[in-house]
Amino acid sequence: MNALWQVIKREWVLARRIGAGAELGLVFFLILISVVPFAIGADQKLIGRIAPALLWLAALLATLLGLDRLLQADEEDGVVDHLLLSGTPLTLVMATKALAHWLVTGLPLSLAAPLLGLMLAIEPQAMLPLALSLLIGTPALTLIGLIGAALTVSLKRGGLLLSVLVLPLSIPTLIFGATVVKEAAAGRDYSTPLMLLSGVSLLMLVIAPVAAAGALKHARH
Amino acid sequence: MENAAKPALWMRLANPAAFNALADKLLWPLVIACLAAFAYGLYGSFFTSPADYQQGETVRIMYIHVPAAWLALFTYAGMSVSALGTLVFRHPMADVAQKAAAPIGAAFTLICLITGSFWGKPMWGTWWEWDARLTSVLILFLIYLGIIALWRAIDDPLRGARAVAILTLVGAVNLPIIKFSVDWWYTLHQPASVFRMGGPTIHKSMLTPLFVMGLAYLLLYFVLLIIRMKTELMNRRIERLRIAAADHAARAGG
Repeated sequence: MNALWQVIKREWVLARRIGAGAELGLVFFLILISVVPFAIGADQKLIGRIAPALLWLAALLATLLGLDRLLQADEEDGVVDHLLLSGTPLTLVMATKALAHWLVTGLPLSLAAPLLGLMLAIEPQAMLPLALSLLIGTPALTLIGLIGAALTVSLKRGGLLLSVLVLPLSIPTLIFGATVVKEAAAGRDYSTPLMLLSGVSLLMLVIAPVAAAGALKHARH
Repeated sequence: MENAAKPALWMRLANPAAFNALADKLLWPLVIACLAAFAYGLYGSFFTSPADYQQGETVRIMYIHVPAAWLALFTYAGMSVSALGTLVFRHPMADVAQKAAAPIGAAFTLICLITGSFWGKPMWGTWWEWDARLTSVLILFLIYLGIIALWRAIDDPLRGARAVAILTLVGAVNLPIIKFSVDWWYTLHQPASVFRMGGPTIHKSMLTPLFVMGLAYLLLYFVLLIIRMKTELMNRRIERLRIAAADHAARAGG
């Protein structure tokens, strides 16, 4: 347990020191949102209609960003060797890495989402469901990304390949997440997509650490 | 040796030479059966089967399209079995089979997409419709491309095999979820499907050529798989010989 706590603390410190912490993720999120009106015009109604999709796409892209270095840096400087030697189950270490990554990407995005939703003219009654859907759905994105990160750990420029591997698998998360917000904005019941979204997140919580640990072990010998 | 119990076939096939011997025996009969099935199936699809009363001659695209969709899924299932063979049984042929199957599966998926598009133009009036089935096949295609890209990215065949095996299995778990979510998304946001192709209403005169074409595709899959597996084995052998030659040259020089 102590080792896992150290992993989280280390990730947090690293994220802060190299300036890739929560703030930068938020700035990236904000920039993505700001670029949209320039691309499609300052049509408030249109933006409001596609805003749920935009925020979810932004979350997807923001999650992808740090993934290629998530495990690779540890592999290169020998941290993975130490973790293996410490006897901590690699599966749990992987789950902890995902948690740490989510704490500096998914969580801040979820908390900031209502504010950005305000800028994108999302209906007021959809603000809470928006934050809730991101809070529940972004862990699934991080976990799927973790599998991709473990598979491409030995590649020097694996970033693009990682996106190609990860994006098709994140489609269900995107569908259910964006639907929660859309349904809520239309004033309809959104509990079904929210439950499906939770299901995807829970399933990924089961699969991803095992798959990532397996991929990381196999990449080493 | 005579008294030793003969190991099971799939264990004997772990030896590339044994595999090659069996492959050589099977290849030509399979090629002939495949050609015969295609000849009969294509003749049936284009000449003896009737045109549909609603879709007209366009219905004949179905004989190319539907078996491709079957094989796209069948290939993925086969790759998942190979992935288990790689990870659980460490069978040396499993990753060769998987590497050989991935581009075949991608090709079947692409045929399915393109013929679907040809069928969509006269039926729906557009080359591409964000229809639930088209969309899920597109995602399957993307997953195939991801698998092929991962194969290409990792030099060491053994490490690459295990990474791809894990990705294939993760994909296998995800495919039903993707299929479900896309269907659900489609019924939620789009009008009901324009046409329901196939189904139990299909007449026997169309069903027979369809199944013959399915069989032809299946045989084609096995023919291509065997050829590609033999090629892959040969490539690996060449690679080993090259390394050995370079090693030898280095020793002689040093």
